[in-house]
Amino acid sequence: MSALTNIIRKEMKELLTPATILPIVVMALIFGSIGNTMGGLEEEINQQPVVGLINEQNSTYSSLATSILYEYANVVFNGTSLADREQGIQTVQDRDGAALLIIPKNFSSNIEQNKPAIIKVEWIVEGTGILDTIPSSSVEGLISTIRYHISKQLIADSNQSTNASLILYPLMKQETTNLKGRTYENISPGEITGMLSTQSSLTPIVIMMIIIIAGGMVISSMALEKENKTLETLLTLPVRRVSIVTGKIIASALVGLLLAVVYMFGIGYYMQSFQFDLSSAGSNFSLALSTTDLLLVGISLFITLIAGLSLCMLLGTMAKNYKSAQSLTAPVTMMAIFPMILTMFTDFETLPMALKILVFAIPFSHPMMASKALLFDNYILVFAGIAYVTVFAVIIIALVIWVFTTDRLITGSNIKTMLSKLRRRR
Amino acid sequence: MAIIEVKNLVKKYGSIEAVKGISFTIDQGEIFGLIGPNGAGKTTTLQVLATLLQITNGSVSLFGFDLEKHPEKIRKLISYLPEDAGAYKNLTGRQYLEFIAHFFNPKNASEMIRKGIEIADLDLRIDDKVDTYSKGMKRRLLVGRALMNDPKLAILDEPTSGLDVRNAQEIRSIIKSCAKQGTIVLLSSHNMLEVEYLCERIALISDGLIVEEGKPKELKKKYSAENIEEVFMKVVQ
Repeated sequence: MSALTNIIRKEMKELLTPATILPIVVMALIFGSIGNTMGGLEEEINQQPVVGLINEQNSTYSSLATSILYEYANVVFNGTSLADREQGIQTVQDRDGAALLIIPKNFSSNIEQNKPAIIKVEWIVEGTGILDTIPSSSVEGLISTIRYHISKQLIADSNQSTNASLILYPLMKQETTNLKGRTYENISPGEITGMLSTQSSLTPIVIMMIIIIAGGMVISSMALEKENKTLETLLTLPVRRVSIVTGKIIASALVGLLLAVVYMFGIGYYMQSFQFDLSSAGSNFSLALSTTDLLLVGISLFITLIAGLSLCMLLGTMAKNYKSAQSLTAPVTMMAIFPMILTMFTDFETLPMALKILVFAIPFSHPMMASKALLFDNYILVFAGIAYVTVFAVIIIALVIWVFTTDRLITGSNIKTMLSKLRRRR
Repeated sequence: MAIIEVKNLVKKYGSIEAVKGISFTIDQGEIFGLIGPNGAGKTTTLQVLATLLQITNGSVSLFGFDLEKHPEKIRKLISYLPEDAGAYKNLTGRQYLEFIAHFFNPKNASEMIRKGIEIADLDLRIDDKVDTYSKGMKRRLLVGRALMNDPKLAILDEPTSGLDVRNAQEIRSIIKSCAKQGTIVLLSSHNMLEVEYLCERIALISDGLIVEEGKPKELKKKYSAENIEEVFMKVVQ
């Protein structure tokens, strides 16, 4: 064996440890599952949008609009009167459709009077993520097609008295959004998503940052105690194990929160510069959090922070030194990034069941989802999240304290020795 | 009745039996030494007595408390100085002593800190960060930390390990004076000459077993040896 091969073999052996491989495998699985979701959405975009139609008028332009709808969309409901509205919405909802389009009685007469025709759009939206508004984008495209064909018709029929503005903009929308059992007048799903993004997209980023910063601190702190050989002294002092564990967790949480506040100011200003502020509109449409809601988000955040840091502490007990601690932060980082991406782009309620279970199981998801859930009075999800994370935190803290009472911290018992013990017992 | 009583102590790490059933006792004010080569089981024994490791078999009683049942009570009475121990690098020597002293006496730690500073004998460097200390200074600080609370039992693992002659001598004299004031000292070393100088009684440990025990003078006489190193070689052979 040459000297070079010898060095390569030794380096590979040092680099390819379970601690290095596991985070990559977890990351691959996470992105694989996100890819699956995205793949489904691509299919959805390429499919014809599912819509319902109420056509109150039988005239040239309404017939033109109807024919375009039948050509480019999957029309699952066809009504002729506004009295059919409720039934139409229900049918579209049942068929996972995006909107009920209403062509009112004055559709053609408006155009004939040189005024834009109005099409009423009853949006049916299941979630508030950016990806949840994709079906409504398809319907927007459909309305643009109708607008284009009416313009074409107007140009064909034009005379000197035809209004040029009407030819360019012959169709206007009157939108109502039906979302999670609520009706929002004169607002589109895109506007609601934008408004929610202003209100709640900062939370997942801040939570992710706190978890990564404070979690890293806890893991490194344990690793440094071992590397600097201060842990043995600490464990022989007259101090309860639970005090050592909670002391480390609370100190990291405080420093993490402090750093997060600093970070939040920066990122907050940065994000505001890109976002459309509809906070006042939010209040009008009851899309603002009450004081109780904010308190619940705070509780959820606090418990999650404790749970997350306890998990980091448990991982920290496995760290041999500062170097190995760095690779142990990777799983926690992944667990924080995954729900952050999901909550920013999609809604928990519109996720496939397997992803729902996975997202719910990750404790960091809950404060990230809490704001949006509370905006739509989904208290069950928030309370269930708080209860789950509390149980998670209690179990992990108990595990950490147990590890502190065993030899593991000193002897560095690892998975290999545990497995060999099990084999011997058999 | 002995103050410290170790009976048939066994400690296993998985399939490896590090300590194979050792027994010894230590009386008030004694300096007791565990002597043996690397890997003989000295550190494991000390770590068990310092409440760091769980006992596989046997029993240990310190000051009338069962080690397995009352580790928290025992921690109030002992002090442990591990081999190659470190201190928190971002603290100054004084801050480190303050940090430790507050565990023993949260309300009035000043006297303990004063004693720690006196033992460490670092002059003005006591207010410098530990990170800037030499190995000898760090060890003196740690000895100060280990003895400042007047422990009833000081467990010292290789207390002069890696130190130059001057630093080592200073630490030995500190240990002796503490024992004179009533502290029981249990120390381990593979430096046989140091043990001969410090300890009133010693136990020779090899491969997890105590192979001989007694006063250094008596052991030298028994094996017609000039020093403990020679005694050890004769016993092991």
